[in-house]
Amino acid sequence: MLYLNNIYKTFNENTVNEKLVINNLSLHLRQGDFVTVIGGNGAGKSTMLNLIAGVYPPDRGEILLDGESVTLLPEYKRAKNLGRVFQDPMMGTAANMEIQENLAMAYRRGSKRGLKWGITKEEKALYVEKLKTLDLGLEERMSHKVGLLSGGQRQALTLLMSTLKQPKLLLLDEHTAALDPKTADRVLDLTQKIVSSNKLTTLMVTHNMKQAIMYGNRLIMMYEGKIIYDVEGEEKKNLKVSDLLQRFETVSHGSFANDRMILS
Amino acid sequence: MEALLSMYGGVAQGLTWTIFALGVYITFRILNYSDLTCEGSFALGGSISAVLVVKLGANPYISLIAALILGMGAGMITGFLHTKLKIPAILSGILTMSGLYSINLRIMGQPNTSLLANNTALSLIKDKLPTASELGIRDSVLQTTITMFLGIIFSIIVIAFLYWFFGTEMGSCIRATGNNDAMVRAQGVNTDWTKIIGLAISNGLIALSGALVTQTQGFADVGIGIGAIVIGLASIVIGEVLFFKAKNFAIKMFGVMVGSIIYRIIVALVLRMGFDTSDMRLLTAIVVAAALSIPTLANKKKPLARKEGHRDAIS
Repeated sequence: MLYLNNIYKTFNENTVNEKLVINNLSLHLRQGDFVTVIGGNGAGKSTMLNLIAGVYPPDRGEILLDGESVTLLPEYKRAKNLGRVFQDPMMGTAANMEIQENLAMAYRRGSKRGLKWGITKEEKALYVEKLKTLDLGLEERMSHKVGLLSGGQRQALTLLMSTLKQPKLLLLDEHTAALDPKTADRVLDLTQKIVSSNKLTTLMVTHNMKQAIMYGNRLIMMYEGKIIYDVEGEEKKNLKVSDLLQRFETVSHGSFANDRMILS
Repeated sequence: MEALLSMYGGVAQGLTWTIFALGVYITFRILNYSDLTCEGSFALGGSISAVLVVKLGANPYISLIAALILGMGAGMITGFLHTKLKIPAILSGILTMSGLYSINLRIMGQPNTSLLANNTALSLIKDKLPTASELGIRDSVLQTTITMFLGIIFSIIVIAFLYWFFGTEMGSCIRATGNNDAMVRAQGVNTDWTKIIGLAISNGLIALSGALVTQTQGFADVGIGIGAIVIGLASIVIGEVLFFKAKNFAIKMFGVMVGSIIYRIIVALVLRMGFDTSDMRLLTAIVVAAALSIPTLANKKKPLARKEGHRDAIS
């Protein structure tokens, strides 16, 4: 499904701020995998997702999506296969546009935009149905500006938008980190529902170890731009937060007490 | 009587400048891009329209279309500089604007061109009407009335076009680009192109407006665009203040038209009060700066109350 082969990425090359963020990273996702990604600050989790999405190209290495090399494809061309939800609830939607207009744009992900009217009647009926599944009452507010919604509502909407047109791969970049705990749980439940009902291959970055264990069939831990732990199936189900912390402690030689605090 | 006549002239001028203000509205409010190309493309429209009529004997209305097309080209150059060559937005506009100044001088071969001896968009209509003395009005009043008529017709056509265009799939993507371009790319749209198309339409309309102004006032001037962006912004701001409740896009554009007219009426009145024409840009700049800073100043005054209100609004 998705192959990352020996990827390297350095930021601010040849400056004092040079940082090797992704260091010979390889990863293979199978169809239907729901993988949670954990790691401390600067481990390269978001960078990995951005490389897959094509926000920037890797310095070396190859990215294959569904058998096709997308390594050098620009972001907007890869978008037809990818659903994305960002950490910042403001990132995934256009605030000054209506809920239905945002959905209409997502519905056309990957197709050419012409001079046809931007939204049709049949679509609106579909959007009402889809918004009902969120159970947030948004179906009553189709023509409201998205800027009027709360962060949680916007994330739920972005999640719906990212899967309105079935993506080959869903990328969730700490999409609940900016939400309060209750709303975060709600959005996570919704994520689980959408992922399992559409059988989506998913990569979900999270700061929260409990979430990482609770959701998905596979877990990877990143450290200094590499995958240092990759676990799935029964073994993953039986993981405890303390196991993960210990593993993290071992690889980082206990020197990153700060990271431990962030992770716990 | 004289005061009324100058206000009447102001209304007509406001109508011919409406399309200019709408062009600025597209970049400033929809694309969220401060585009200075407009100052060059406005004069470009006037120059090309005047030269086509005077030197090549072209139909004045054909010259308007030529201006529209060349203006779109100017906008595309700015868009190319900004998106493909990664030059900052303001600077891209300044570069095109500066280049256009020389080009406009080349086109006309001189700093200004008179159309008095030629057919213009205005004279073609005037020739079909009875003369001013037959109608019992001053010649200047007749000319102003025809200018007004042309301004209304063109403004309505442009507003209808923009209303349709920004409702299409492509137009929606351009609107969203001004909002959040990362989101638009995530939806599979090349935001370089949405920006280039937006700038092209904006500057095409601005050049059309420049041509229409030239055709109705009877001369083209290479310096007509200097400082024009503040006039466009003033029209937008006046329109937004008057139509602050407007949600419908067509009404917002209608607000820009009203803003453009009111701006010209204010100018006519201020000039009658004894101000010099050359002071107008400064006065306009001060008014626009004040109007644009109101939201910031209002926020500073009551930081707590504002923030609470904001939270209420989104939760």
